[in-house]
Amino acid sequence: MTTGERQSGGLSTDIIVYVVLLAMAGLQIILAYNSSGGRELLARMIVVAAVQALVAVMFFMHLWWERRSLVVSIAVVSLFVLFALQYSWSDSFRLLHMSPWAH
Amino acid sequence: MSEAQLTVGGHGAGLVEASPFSVSTKKLVMWLFIISDAMTFAAILVAYGFLRNASPNWPAPFKFSPSIINVMVMTFILISSSLTMLIAVRAAQSGDKSAAFTWVLITALGGAVFALLHVREWLGMIGEGVRLFQNPWGAPLFGAAFFSVTGLHLLHVTCGVIALVIVGLRYKGGRYDAGDIEILGLYWHFVDIVWMFVVPLIYLLSIEH
Repeated sequence: MTTGERQSGGLSTDIIVYVVLLAMAGLQIILAYNSSGGRELLARMIVVAAVQALVAVMFFMHLWWERRSLVVSIAVVSLFVLFALQYSWSDSFRLLHMSPWAH
Repeated sequence: MSEAQLTVGGHGAGLVEASPFSVSTKKLVMWLFIISDAMTFAAILVAYGFLRNASPNWPAPFKFSPSIINVMVMTFILISSSLTMLIAVRAAQSGDKSAAFTWVLITALGGAVFALLHVREWLGMIGEGVRLFQNPWGAPLFGAAFFSVTGLHLLHVTCGVIALVIVGLRYKGGRYDAGDIEILGLYWHFVDIVWMFVVPLIYLLSIEH
């Protein structure tokens, strides 16, 4: 163990996180079958998935117990690229509504 | 004396630097790989979303039985394998080599079962007429999008299973240590996290009502 790695939580923490992740996966299925679809369902799915990912990264991957500088570095880089990836959405609407072969 | 000027065993100053973020080099490299791979998956999922948004007739072919039930079982197996990986890491850190190796193998078994279920699902889709550029339901690129996203994830799971077996055997043989098990665990949890996005975006948004 290097100097930045503090002792992580016990097995009970892991089991609690495991149950939470399973519950959230179940929640996604319930949301899928109790929704009419569309952008609202998409937004809910992404939010639940993002929370799942955050919980798993923090507790399963032990980022919670690593140095804050590592957490911040990972977060800044990842979020920047994720936002940059969203640049192209307007073009998909163009293809759907304005291109000659769209129905 | 600056942080970079450290001496180890009497060697000259400046030859050893403090590890960035105070993690081992191997762990930092794994984190860098995970970040880059996460961006790869994000890009492929955005591309999938782009295709879907630009298609007026994107298929919704996944029935509750067998597709969604299969996905639920696969999700349960993969999340459980993350737990078994954590148990393996804890056993390794406490010095119990035998238990750590056993739990690593259980994790690998979970990954293998996941991969087999995935291949079985693929064969079912192919049997229904889904190909890369055609399918019986709607937008022709549905197959390409589905197989490329899930195929990339399946490749990661398969490579992870192989790595688990190799690292587990080498750990048992004394060539690797508990830190290596932990670093492999980071990769396995990453594969699990990607699946948490694949399920809702690929499957749950395309269920047959």
